[in-house]
Amino acid sequence: MSEPTSGPTSSGAERPETEGTPHPAGHDDTSREHLEAIATTDAALELPPEQSGFGEGVVGEVLLDIRGLTKSFGSVHANRDISLDVRRGEIVALLGENGAGKSTLVNQIFGLITPDSGTVSIKGDERRIKDPRDAIARGVGMVHQHFQLVPVMTVAENVMLGHESVRGGLLDLDSARRMVRELSEKHRLAVDPDAEVEDLPVGTQQRVEILKALSRRVDLLILDEPTAVLTPQETDELLGVMRELANSGTSIVFITHKLREVLAVSDRVYVLRQGEVVGEVATKDTDATRLATMMVGREVVLSIDKTAATPGDTVLEIEDLHVSDDRGLAAVDGLSLTVRAGEIVGVAGVEGNGQRELVEALAGMRKVGSGRMRLKDLDLTTADPYRTHHAGVGHIPEDREKHGIVGTYSIADNLVLNEFDQAPYSKSGVRQFDAIRANAERLREEFDIRSSGVMQTAGSLSGGNKQKVVVAREMSFEPTLLMAAQPTRGVDVGSIEFIHRRIVEARDAGAAVLLVSAELDEILSLSDRIAVVHGGAVVAEMDAADADRTEIGRLMAGDH
Amino acid sequence: MQTWIAKNRTTLVIAAVVVVAAYVFYYAKNDIAPSMYVSAWGYAIPLVLASLVGVIGERSGVVNIGIEGQMLIAAFAGFFVAAYSGSMLAGVLAGVGSGLVAGAFLAWTTVRWRMDQIIAGVVLNIVATGITSFYYTPGQILPGVIPNLTVPGLSSIPLIGDVFFTGESAIALFAIVAALLVHVGLFRTRWGLRTRAVGEYPSAADTAGIDVERLRIINVTLAGSLAGLAGVYLSMDASSTFERSMTAGRGFLALAIMIMGMWRPLRAFSMALFFGFISAVASQLQQTGGFAVPPQLTGTLPYVATLVVLAVAAGRVRAPGAVGQPYVKKDQ
Repeated sequence: MSEPTSGPTSSGAERPETEGTPHPAGHDDTSREHLEAIATTDAALELPPEQSGFGEGVVGEVLLDIRGLTKSFGSVHANRDISLDVRRGEIVALLGENGAGKSTLVNQIFGLITPDSGTVSIKGDERRIKDPRDAIARGVGMVHQHFQLVPVMTVAENVMLGHESVRGGLLDLDSARRMVRELSEKHRLAVDPDAEVEDLPVGTQQRVEILKALSRRVDLLILDEPTAVLTPQETDELLGVMRELANSGTSIVFITHKLREVLAVSDRVYVLRQGEVVGEVATKDTDATRLATMMVGREVVLSIDKTAATPGDTVLEIEDLHVSDDRGLAAVDGLSLTVRAGEIVGVAGVEGNGQRELVEALAGMRKVGSGRMRLKDLDLTTADPYRTHHAGVGHIPEDREKHGIVGTYSIADNLVLNEFDQAPYSKSGVRQFDAIRANAERLREEFDIRSSGVMQTAGSLSGGNKQKVVVAREMSFEPTLLMAAQPTRGVDVGSIEFIHRRIVEARDAGAAVLLVSAELDEILSLSDRIAVVHGGAVVAEMDAADADRTEIGRLMAGDH
Repeated sequence: MQTWIAKNRTTLVIAAVVVVAAYVFYYAKNDIAPSMYVSAWGYAIPLVLASLVGVIGERSGVVNIGIEGQMLIAAFAGFFVAAYSGSMLAGVLAGVGSGLVAGAFLAWTTVRWRMDQIIAGVVLNIVATGITSFYYTPGQILPGVIPNLTVPGLSSIPLIGDVFFTGESAIALFAIVAALLVHVGLFRTRWGLRTRAVGEYPSAADTAGIDVERLRIINVTLAGSLAGLAGVYLSMDASSTFERSMTAGRGFLALAIMIMGMWRPLRAFSMALFFGFISAVASQLQQTGGFAVPPQLTGTLPYVATLVVLAVAAGRVRAPGAVGQPYVKKDQ
């Protein structure tokens, strides 16, 4: 076996000590802007790099050393001969598309999956990691992609689970509360120890996950796509915490497919593709384009190439709309907005400002309190999803697992989910499987849905390919209005590029597009017009050409 | 304490009203009330034990519809071992032991082998009915009785002392202790926290280093002993004889009680008392015959009450999140 690359050593030793930010310059402009944005929003990043063991040139010991790790599920090679190492105080990013084997890899470090061959050694201990208990005992903590929190329990109970303090045979909840308070003060992750987890917003649940991991002695913290559900502000906050932890000597393995986060926070990057490490590079020596190329295996166009919009007639008109959320509170509160044919209107806003309720109301999934919604001449206010679909509304829902696909159905059936009773997929009430299959084959080709065939169940696809199924279905009937809610959430870079291009193509074909996204970048790069929402109403509208990132951020935060 | 009162206000108000009503009725109608209360508690004892079996199982994530079968096997084993060996103690141990074995059967099939929990429970019920009916021999008698105890101090409380703590069988007293213990265990101890985690969100427990399968197997197996004791109570204490299918649906009623008790031991205890009381009312109506109601109709009272209460409870109560789902690790 070849000697591990000298990357970590050199990246540590060569780190310029005079840098004001934890990262050297040399990335593209967007990431520098981003760094500045973080530096102003989060004090943690203003810590001088000298506080880090690396900054002083003291190269940490090798904490995690993986050699020749291989794991197959059936005929699928999830991991092939993976070797990597992580040193103390280092932030290592694992970058790769969905299905590249990142989660499989870290699950083996945490003892959730047993490798077929190869070794994982932690602090030189090469014994097999049998289960999470074993991993925890060796100082590994993990924040899972799907939060591992018991919803009906309090924060304190969740944090103490598995290492409960007991007094006189009974649980010592007071000491658990104290532990949570101390940890949350120390790491500036504010949570109420007595809050029930299910009542907390996802951003706060994420904090609880991190506190839970930190409540044990953690030398190596694994974060599996921690930013997938976070708002930009929460993401910045998290990146700050990660930096701080690394500075105090905790090593971090960080899974993501967001290049900017990698560039902003990591020291070193391993790029995975199809279960193999295809590249290992010090972050300061690379940039977004090169990383994306490595990850996808080909050139990726990161900026979206689109011509100026040529808007036509008004297609969607929303006037003074009021919609309640699940708890009966006003979520959409007097919102007015128009979308014209041939333009993309981006709805920017911190999540929870009525975007979900707006989209659901438009799709006919949620009752409208008052106000009007009109699609050309049709009143959408009381329409159900069947009627809105047939009126020409395509809907890429926010939660694809719940509202986008039926996981147990085949890809072919999912592709006709809202047309199955129409010709040519049905004749006299009998389904026409040839037509359904032909349609599926065509869309699979056109939308590059990677699967073993169109009869594969949709639930077994990777996130990006599931989303392509939804996108294919909702775009193939050439909608007059396309609503895309978080269209690229949890989707890999290659698919993001593809989905973005299709959205622009739909616009060019004359569709009105309403784009709702928590990713400000996505809004900025795709939209022709931007509507900023706060508190359930549009607080500002602007042409995308005149849009200013900081200005929008300020409006999103409610400063208007 | 204040937040606890605020959170449980409705329950506390209802409890207070019920207790006051019970005392008023006790003293106002002291010709029939005491005997009704005693028969209500007698009817409730096996329901308390059986509903605890359900609570422990479902709190760990395992549906146990085999309680009926567990009780029946235990009633059979306890009675006949006592009759043939001549030792009441041997009978009780055999009953509890057979409940454990039945619990272990359910645990291994559903948790380890991931058999469908409903089917495993149905199998247990069918096997129990079959075996106990086939090997049943009439004409046996018990060599003695379960000892009756009076708890000093507690027995002098008006009403409560008379009904629960005076000349009560050891099993009845144990049922009270068991409900308290399971309650404290579930909500105040490490075992309880882990059990609830395993039943609500097993992968969270797994990633916190808890062996989900092991805890489920232990809980379902040990809970079987309580079902065993409930069966023993039926054949060796309440009736001193074994009859075919003598559990008469109590195992299923216990599950309804568990739901109405919101998977909480002390609430389940109260609901069991409520059902005991309804049954006592039904038999009182049959005896006095003051109304022109056919006895068949009054006999349905407990079941009608079940329907009504379940209908009211539906949508207001929430089962543990992972109930009925075997836990499959990522690797398998």
